[in-house]
Parts: sequence; C-alpha cells; structure tokens
Amino acid sequence: MTARYRIGDRVVVRTDTPAGHVRTPSYLKGKRGVILRDFGAWPSPEKLAYGKPGWPKTTNYWVQFPMNEIWDGNGSYAPGDTIVAELYEHWLEPAAALEETP
Amino acid sequence: MATAQPTRKPHDIGGDPAGEIDREEHEPTLVERRIDAMMQLLRQEPRAFWVTDENRRTIESLTPETYRDSSYYQKWCLAMRSLLVEKAVLTDAEIDAKLAEVKARYAKSGGTP
Repeated sequence: MTARYRIGDRVVVRTDTPAGHVRTPSYLKGKRGVILRDFGAWPSPEKLAYGKPGWPKTTNYWVQFPMNEIWDGNGSYAPGDTIVAELYEHWLEPAAALEETP
Repeated sequence: MATAQPTRKPHDIGGDPAGEIDREEHEPTLVERRIDAMMQLLRQEPRAFWVTDENRRTIESLTPETYRDSSYYQKWCLAMRSLLVEKAVLTDAEIDAKLAEVKARYAKSGGTP
C-alpha cells in the first residue's frame, strides 16, 4: 500500500463525525498540521472495533500541529509549542483543500 | 476552543474545561488487580475474545453519566460484561444469577468475599 503523504506535507484533518468508533479526537478536526513520520499501513481501528479484520490497511502518521492552530490563539504559546498526534490517512486531506474554503 | 458536537462521545473531551489533574499515585487495590487479571485472561490467546479497539468502542459507548461517574477499572468491568454478552460467551441472565449468588454469599459471611 502506497502512502498518500510524505514527511513535511501539509495536511488538514477532516471534519467528519461518523457514528462509529474513531481514533481522531474532535479537537484536531479542521486543524492544519505537518506530516512528521510515517508508521506504515495498519488494519483500521474503525473496523477492528467491530470485530472485523480491518482491511484495507490504512497508513498511520505522526502529524504535528502548532498549539496556536489547535486552540485558535487562546492561550500564550511559543512558535515551537506543538502537539504530535497519530492519525490515519483517511482522516487527512492536503492542506490546500482548506485554503480554498472561504 | 474545540466546538461541542452532538456526535462527540463522552471520552472525546480534549480542550474542554477541566480541573486540576490528580497526580497522586496509589498501589493497585485487590479489586483492581482482579479486574486487570480477568481482562488479560479474556484478551490473551488462546481465548482472545476481543481486541483493544472493541474494548475502546464499548467504553466510549457508555452513557455520559456512567462514563463520568465510573472509575478506570469500573469502565473495564462494564466493558467486559458488555463484550462477554455481545460475543455470546455469557448471557445477561447467567451474569445476573452469578452476581446474586456472590452477593448472597458475601452478605452471609458478614462482608468477607
């Protein structure tokens, strides 16, 4: 399985709210970050959670977000203050997609 | 700040206002050790009745009130019960009958399990 993103790519987290089990926390939805590390493809926890094998596998990444991006500038953060989260590929879009949105 | 969404489950609380974090450590109690041991036995081969993601899904599906009012290992215990029934290992009736038996024995012994 080929990873869609490379280290350094800018991405935005999808804002979907599916009914089932997801590993993507709400506070990251719609936030922009940078791909920091690629962990390879894994069975999807969204399917494993229902006793299924979790196919197709989905690539898991470390995505780094500036604290100011996550909390909309609420609070005082230095430019280097970041959060790193593990996110699955189907939750990510290229960040350009967000910039086109008014 | 994170916007509250109707589909947000009770565990998904990152960014919500919260009090101080209780950093006090304690030794696991006997009950906690027993719950942990039972979970290991149910989760490991050769049984392996369910995987971590099913455990998480079940705990996230607790009502917001139960989620808020239950301790870490109480949530495990509720998840175990729910998954044992879901996987048809035990029925609710069997669990309730056994619980009644243990409670009666406990009461009779004056509080000694």
